[in-house]
Amino acid sequence: MSTETPLAPAASPGATSAGPVRTQRRLPRFAATALFVAGVVVGALLAALTTGRLNIALTVIYGVILGTLAVYLVSRSVEGRRKATDRLVTTVVTSAFAIAMVPLVSLLYTVLDNGLNRFDSQFFNSSMLGVVGEGGGAYHAILGTVIITALTTLISVPIGLLAAIYLVEYGTGRLKKVLTFFVDVMTGIPSIVAGLFAFALFALFFGPGVRLGAMGAVALAVLMIPVVVRSAEEVLKLVPNELREASYALGVPKWRTILKVVIPTSIAGLGTGVTLAIARVIGETAPLLVTTGFVNGTNLNPFDGRMTALPVFSYYQLTQPGVPPEFGIERAWTAALVLIMLVMALNVVARLISRLFAPKTGR
Amino acid sequence: MAKRIDVSDLDIFYGNFKAVEGVNVSIEPRSITALIGPSGCGKSTFLRSLNRMHEVIPGARVEGKVVIDGQDLYGADVDPVDVRRQIGMVFQRPNPFPTMSIYDNVVAGVRLNSTRMRKSDLDDLVERSLKGANLWNEVKDRLNRPGSGLSGGQQQRLCIARAIAVEPEVLLMDEPCSALDPISTLAIEDLMTELKEQFTIVIVTHNMQQAARVSTSTGFFNLSGVGQPGRLIEFNPTEKIFSNPEEKATEDYISGRFG
Repeated sequence: MSTETPLAPAASPGATSAGPVRTQRRLPRFAATALFVAGVVVGALLAALTTGRLNIALTVIYGVILGTLAVYLVSRSVEGRRKATDRLVTTVVTSAFAIAMVPLVSLLYTVLDNGLNRFDSQFFNSSMLGVVGEGGGAYHAILGTVIITALTTLISVPIGLLAAIYLVEYGTGRLKKVLTFFVDVMTGIPSIVAGLFAFALFALFFGPGVRLGAMGAVALAVLMIPVVVRSAEEVLKLVPNELREASYALGVPKWRTILKVVIPTSIAGLGTGVTLAIARVIGETAPLLVTTGFVNGTNLNPFDGRMTALPVFSYYQLTQPGVPPEFGIERAWTAALVLIMLVMALNVVARLISRLFAPKTGR
Repeated sequence: MAKRIDVSDLDIFYGNFKAVEGVNVSIEPRSITALIGPSGCGKSTFLRSLNRMHEVIPGARVEGKVVIDGQDLYGADVDPVDVRRQIGMVFQRPNPFPTMSIYDNVVAGVRLNSTRMRKSDLDDLVERSLKGANLWNEVKDRLNRPGSGLSGGQQQRLCIARAIAVEPEVLLMDEPCSALDPISTLAIEDLMTELKEQFTIVIVTHNMQQAARVSTSTGFFNLSGVGQPGRLIEFNPTEKIFSNPEEKATEDYISGRFG
């Protein structure tokens, strides 16, 4: 296949110097792509020959290596070394991107394929109360997720924003450095640790074995606050100092400068950060397993008794699907699909916020 | 309205670094005082210390006295916010608030200080300030458009309108024309001459013709070497500085035989 492209004599790769500007021989426009595909096909054949059947993983490995080599060598002999390096880097970067997309697309496809079976009105209208086997839904779990996440947001956003304002506008010296360091550490703590923290905290007051929606919200807040602080801090740092100085020079006190100049200027970024932080915690499972527990009926009061959230619902439907198991497993997939759609919706909201509230230039 | 500024033995620091040393000067009310000198000699630093904007920078501090009509600005019981309400400032780069309209930018000082005003009074204030800044005719039909949509020169005049809308006693200008074309510069110079009737103006400039054109007194700052603090070398009426300066260094700087 590579014989289709004109090969230059190996002695003089690349340039001819007729004019003041060196002109170079170029590969035809789609030659590089064609060469790469050819390499992948050869790689697939090789993989099939060595293992005796179609093997996707080996095909990808052999294909990428052979395709990259083909592009590089042909380009090197026709176009010269500099151009060949350019093509090599382009090929490697593009392959890496394509490989990174594979699990994402595969995951979306699998969830859609399995989740759409039960994506019906019954799933959104009914809880699991008294359901064994077919039917049932995640009405209680969807509302549980909404309530717990709303409560988490209510706790985290004021604390997180105020902490970020402290770090950017007020904090100085060593204290600020220590606080920033611990916020960074907090963003990385395993979620089950947050769950156990909330569990231990509530056990102090209500005794062991207590399960509350609010307890889950506290656990999620431990995870969400550092994310809010980090994103808000970055956004507040972007507000030009000149605007603060302009405000101070008008005789405006510091707190009012922050409230009326700094925050309005960065409101788009703050809104985006908060929305993405919500998206980050809405799918947490482990902390909710130990704090909110699992229940089949609808409980809308986060301060009284167990609540079910979507990720926990999905987990229980998968691990304890009942008899026969396929209905529970179907419900688990649909719950996963709903969860992905919620996260997607939140990301869309974040984009809308950043577009709607961005300062307008009016040109 | 306008007030006299007396500075005595002023040293200005950034942390441990002494940026300006031993400034003694009296600035007359209802006059324009120009500060000239090479880059990095502490002109802007000195200017910012006159309305306590200097201390906004972490680690920055001041020793010495700045007295306005008998009141020490750096006295223990003086609130920097009150100082800045009386001494306005225009910066080198135009910095209108990007979230606000032209109208809101002009009344920002009033609104952000939560002074209650009737809508008609606010309208009057906007018209008066924009006329004062020579901008009214250009923007009167689009007061509700964002301030950041104006050209650089218009933005700078908007910032001047914003500064004079709070009716300060003193107006500090830190190279207000350095980013502007000659026509906008002329507009702002005319404006300064008009504002002189009401305000005490102190302007930092790199443009010696500008200093000669607009100011009544001129101060020349210089530093003796890299890492040394800047000093006020000479302070005299503008005609004297530009025709018969007392110091050799001033003459060298003005005539271009610098260094």
